[in-house]
Amino acid sequence: MDVLWAVLVQPFVDMVSAPDFLLQVLWDGFVGGVLYALIALGFVLIFKASGIFNFAQGIMVVFAALTLVGLYALGMPAWVALGLTLVVMFVLAVAVERLVLRPLVNQPDIILFMATIGLTYFLIGLGEFVFGGEPKVMITEALGLPTGMREWEVFGGVVFFQEIDIAAAAIAIVMVVGIGVFFHYTRIGRALRAVADDHQAALSVGISLEQIWVIVWFTAGVVALATGIMWGARSDVSFALQIIALKALPVLILGGFTSIPGAIVGGLIIGIGEKLGEIYWGPLIGGGIESWLAYVIALVFLLFRPQGLFGERIIERV
Amino acid sequence: MTAAVVPIRAAATDAAGPPLLALEGVTLSFGGVRAINDVSFDVRKGEIRAIIGPNGAGKTSMLNVINGFYHPQQGTITYKGTVRRRMRPYDAASQGIARTFQNVALFKGMTTLDNIMAGRTLKMKRGFLWQCLRYGPALSEEIENRRAVEEIIDFLEIEAIRKTPVGKLPYGLQKRVELARALAMDPELLLLDEPMAGMNLEEKEDMSRYILDVNRLWGTTIALIEHDMGVVMDLSDRVVVLDYGVKIADGAPEEVQKNQDVIDAYLGVPH
Ligand SMILES: Nc1ncnc2c1ncn2[C@@H]1O[C@H](COP(=O)(O)OP(=O)(O)OP(=O)(O)O)[C@@H](O)[C@H]1O
Ligand SMILES: [Mg+2]
Repeated sequence: MDVLWAVLVQPFVDMVSAPDFLLQVLWDGFVGGVLYALIALGFVLIFKASGIFNFAQGIMVVFAALTLVGLYALGMPAWVALGLTLVVMFVLAVAVERLVLRPLVNQPDIILFMATIGLTYFLIGLGEFVFGGEPKVMITEALGLPTGMREWEVFGGVVFFQEIDIAAAAIAIVMVVGIGVFFHYTRIGRALRAVADDHQAALSVGISLEQIWVIVWFTAGVVALATGIMWGARSDVSFALQIIALKALPVLILGGFTSIPGAIVGGLIIGIGEKLGEIYWGPLIGGGIESWLAYVIALVFLLFRPQGLFGERIIERV
Repeated sequence: MTAAVVPIRAAATDAAGPPLLALEGVTLSFGGVRAINDVSFDVRKGEIRAIIGPNGAGKTSMLNVINGFYHPQQGTITYKGTVRRRMRPYDAASQGIARTFQNVALFKGMTTLDNIMAGRTLKMKRGFLWQCLRYGPALSEEIENRRAVEEIIDFLEIEAIRKTPVGKLPYGLQKRVELARALAMDPELLLLDEPMAGMNLEEKEDMSRYILDVNRLWGTTIALIEHDMGVVMDLSDRVVVLDYGVKIADGAPEEVQKNQDVIDAYLGVPH
């Protein structure tokens, strides 16, 4: 009885009795969710356009952030370093298309998946070789990102907002809206959706798969850079960061592998759910809940909607 | 089909000139299966050429060879005077070969309008950055191509479904949208894989009329696969017949219809 009370009632009593603290938890969860959503977005872009599960998405985040910090350390202004990092991500996209995707075209998906694992280790090696393995500090201030703290007095308490978190959320929103508009209203966006829907038909109207692949890998690279900056600003820039890619998996299960809105909503649900679980239910089992709760949320969800939040209905043909 | 439905066609077929497309000794195998075995035939500029044959004869494979989805092990493909061992889909599309598919291959999540606009891909050249800005030249290009697409929409009488996601349309209309997308490419050679399969009589008559109109009004050369012999007789100038990957007849519809090998193939006489 006590256990049931502690699990089913007490946490909600705690929430209601300290709404300012609840708000703080929700905000922290939201910010984490935004970052998960961005990582999942990178996966979805590539998966939609090429059917490849890109294992290297996590390391791309690290690699982009390392490149930015490394270039800045050479003494150039932050904005130049940022521009050059974008160039590097573009070169990476072209190289992946030429050296990995094009030679492996029409191979089974599993082969391409393995190739992205290879790419992961290549990028780890390259990153360590060029920039060294030790953690680095993100150049948050040099990029003009705010670092202060805001307070909001509410419900008789105070809720704290890191300005960098507000900026992260704003940048994420702008980026997602930008990608959405681009997909819906331009020729290349239309071509991208066409490739996602039907490869053969896309080829038959003269869409170049090679060009589309470069564009999605570059877009995923830009998203990775943004994620790397935001995440790096909260902790530091190190290879350990790539494990956040593991957080993308439950988000993808939840949101569906092919849905951009799914990635975003899924990311937010996981981010907020994880934080709530950690704070209100975590102490019951002695903490550490954060590392696996996301998977539990996703799996429970999977029982009810196997195709994910926004995924297409799976229709079995018999 | 009544005579009224079939417009009188100008004598588009130019037997004297070089063919628009010629295949020489094409052989295509999948592992042990010979889908096409040493087949040669040509398509003349301005004609409607039918490809017929029983199930599994290799008709679809033939179209796939022509637009570069399949690469034959032997033979050559001569298109507009250029001899090739193989086509690439991008080259085929950019040189004016458009096609439809046996099992409708539309972009299901997109509207009718977007599907047809996708057919204009190669007509739109503005680069990635212009596209990002969606401004100036990129915008006027978009508008110009929209106009071309609207003409096709009028022609095929699909105004009412312009904004409908094509996945929601009935099968007959999907086939029509697919034709519209192919027409949006301004093709010189249009490949149609069973454009009337699964349609009722009225839909078939409509589709026949559109195909004839495309050929007559725009002079588009058409190669089509069709099982309905009535339709083949009415539409085509010349017919090539495949059976088990081998060409067994080639000629005017009336001749082919009387050919004993063709009759045997359709009746399933063992060889
Ligand atoms: N991608 C492929 N892989 C293996 N075999 C194939 C492939 N495509 C076609 N074939 C084989 O080639 C042969 C010819 O097939 P094709 O689809 O060209 O026939 P078809 O004349 O279009 O038949 P239908 O009237 O049924 O559409 C068949 O035996 C088929 O199984
Ligand atoms: Mg076929």
